[in-house]
Amino acid sequence: MPAMNMIQAINSALDVMLARDENVVTFGEDVGYFGGVFRATAGLQKKYGKSRVFDTPIAEGGIIGAAIGMAVYGLRPVAEIQFADYIYPAFDQLVSEAARLRYRSGGEYGAPLVVRTPCGGGIFGGQTHSQSPEGIFTHVCGLKTVMPSNPYDAKGLLIAAIEDDDPVIFFEPKRIYNGPFDGHHDRPLVPWSKHPASEVPADYYRIDLGKASIVRKGAAVTVIAYGTMVHVCLAAAEESGIDAEVIDLRSLLPIDVEAIATSVKKTGRCVIVHEATRTGGYGAELSALVQEHCFWNLEAPIERVTGWDTPYPHALEWEYFPGPARVIRALKAVTET
Amino acid sequence: MTTRKRRAEPPGAAEPSSDDEQLALHVPEPAARPGEAHDFSELHIAAAGTMARPAVDTPESALRDYPYGLIRVLDDAGKAVGQWDPGLDPDTLRRGLRSMALTRAFDDRMLNAQRQGKTSFYIKCTGEEAVAVAQAMALDPADMLFPSYRQQGLLIARDWPIVDMMCQIFSNPADRMKGRQLPVLYSAKQANFFSLSGNLGTQFPQAVGWAMASAIKHDTRIAASWIGEGTTAEADFHYAMTFAAVYRAPVLLNVVNNQWAISSFQGIAGGERATFAQRALGYGMPGLRVDGNDFLAVYAATQWAAERARTNHGPTLIELFTYRAAAHSTSDDPAAYRPKDEAANWPLGDPIARLKQHLIAIDAWSEEQHAALAAEVEREVRAALKEAEAIGVLGGAKPHLHTMFEDVFKELPVHLQQQLDQVQSELKGDGN
Repeated sequence: MPAMNMIQAINSALDVMLARDENVVTFGEDVGYFGGVFRATAGLQKKYGKSRVFDTPIAEGGIIGAAIGMAVYGLRPVAEIQFADYIYPAFDQLVSEAARLRYRSGGEYGAPLVVRTPCGGGIFGGQTHSQSPEGIFTHVCGLKTVMPSNPYDAKGLLIAAIEDDDPVIFFEPKRIYNGPFDGHHDRPLVPWSKHPASEVPADYYRIDLGKASIVRKGAAVTVIAYGTMVHVCLAAAEESGIDAEVIDLRSLLPIDVEAIATSVKKTGRCVIVHEATRTGGYGAELSALVQEHCFWNLEAPIERVTGWDTPYPHALEWEYFPGPARVIRALKAVTET
Repeated sequence: MTTRKRRAEPPGAAEPSSDDEQLALHVPEPAARPGEAHDFSELHIAAAGTMARPAVDTPESALRDYPYGLIRVLDDAGKAVGQWDPGLDPDTLRRGLRSMALTRAFDDRMLNAQRQGKTSFYIKCTGEEAVAVAQAMALDPADMLFPSYRQQGLLIARDWPIVDMMCQIFSNPADRMKGRQLPVLYSAKQANFFSLSGNLGTQFPQAVGWAMASAIKHDTRIAASWIGEGTTAEADFHYAMTFAAVYRAPVLLNVVNNQWAISSFQGIAGGERATFAQRALGYGMPGLRVDGNDFLAVYAATQWAAERARTNHGPTLIELFTYRAAAHSTSDDPAAYRPKDEAANWPLGDPIARLKQHLIAIDAWSEEQHAALAAEVEREVRAALKEAEAIGVLGGAKPHLHTMFEDVFKELPVHLQQQLDQVQSELKGDGN
């Protein structure tokens, strides 16, 4: 089985689907000849031709508008938005159109498209190359929202997203494209090849949307995370010696409430971690779900560890980034109550 | 003439030395407002038949006069003149006349239905019937239409049952949109008619995407989309034009310039200094400007652009120059912003009257036949209305509660099933 990093796994998913289904097309800014600024589509134009893998104008609203039309025709478009920070010009096409087309047409039309977009910080990207806007999209009914944390999941989830008959926003945490970054920015990055999740089958497989993964078993506290934060939380658990159970949600909507409730009922404590800003973020939804399902099992108030409610700063990146030290503080707070 | 001085001081730092150095914002104003006589003196309309019809494979560089002109076929006497005459047989012309008459009768009846409280809202297309009807007829029935909300004539020209449209307008149990959409925001997949959004202009880049897909799949079908002149100011217009031009998409991008976007005249949308067809020039796309009240001209221009698209010569922007004779919608009263007699005096006349005049001029129609047609379409509309009303009007039989949760996703997810259970049990608890 080949060892793949996140980019290679995403590339492999696209490769597999372009080969399996002639209706799959992929496009975006710099996606065609060049293969994408993060190389996620490298080699695909050469393999599948210019009419299935191509460059687009710098027009996110046009990219998604055209993708919707293609999906209505019967294609399976996979559109790349170069950075999640650039997705806002396409907001109306996603929220008012892709998300609601099936509903408003009484089921006559649908928009089975995937939007792949790199998100998250820790790369010195400043406020326009670091955002995590997943909570904006989980709030929109009619969209599915996915964020993988490792190469194996990235490939299986992306294939499932392409096969899904509803629109899926597929967030790729760019900080972990090359290795499972755990928040220790002052240490050398361990490459994916040293991680078991880099064992990625070259062929087709899928991971159904809506199934969380327990990445660390534990009894003292439940940690709910996704994307880069999964690795930060694992590091925090190891370094603190706290017997934390870490849940990688993988799919935010649909969400695996059962996995969360089962774990929190067992541990009685819960820490929620995301890189996105705090107020009105997806962590608030998770917190509400936990208290709705597990209120009588809770031994301590739920803690949230998130990015601060500021734009993502450049120079103060590591003061902003919710690293292991902050997660450990929260783990201690809930377990010492 | 005064020379404008550049100021070194920051804004507001110094008093201007004289009035003519002060900047002044230009806010366009229409030629006439309520209480004033209509004024079309700025409208320069060329005679019918003066523009040449180029071959459909003519390069764009040789078509740059068209955005400045106006393609017209019917002259004041109702004769078809010039190279753009599509040479339609009388049967086709009579079919067009009938669809336009049916569209108008449908509109009148549905306006009444709204006034009687049978629905919440309605939008007429009075004066613009030739746009939708002639364009639908000039396209192939398999071509995909991405309309705006004033092209009900597309469905009628494609012989879509008007009772189905009425059920949508009444949000009754036979409404295929399950009572979810504002009246007139139809969807008719079987007629290759796309679901209407309600957000303006979003369908323009979608139509281009559909056309790109058709080209990717080496299909023969093309797409057409419609927006109003006001919507050309939206980014979606620019997206659509850029993508259509870049990928040479087989698509017709239609701008229906009916002079008014609710209360804003076309100058507010940017039509004061340039025509909307001229927008095409910047994209290297042909732009045709057409007399939108001239059934033959609309048909011919659409046919030209469709053939051009179908033979891989790419997209065309068509400005259909017309006039919104009715209010924007049932929620609007144009007496508040334009002269009362403006519609009646529109220099390009009424599309139904002009086609009727033409048919009579070629001895293919008579006043008696026209009166009979009017009565016939009126009967048809009344019969359909009776049928639709028997199924229900707005506020009567509602769709089932579970339909509120369906179609958000293809499969009903757990959280929506739970919300459905909750609302059902809450309503039961309230004794409903």
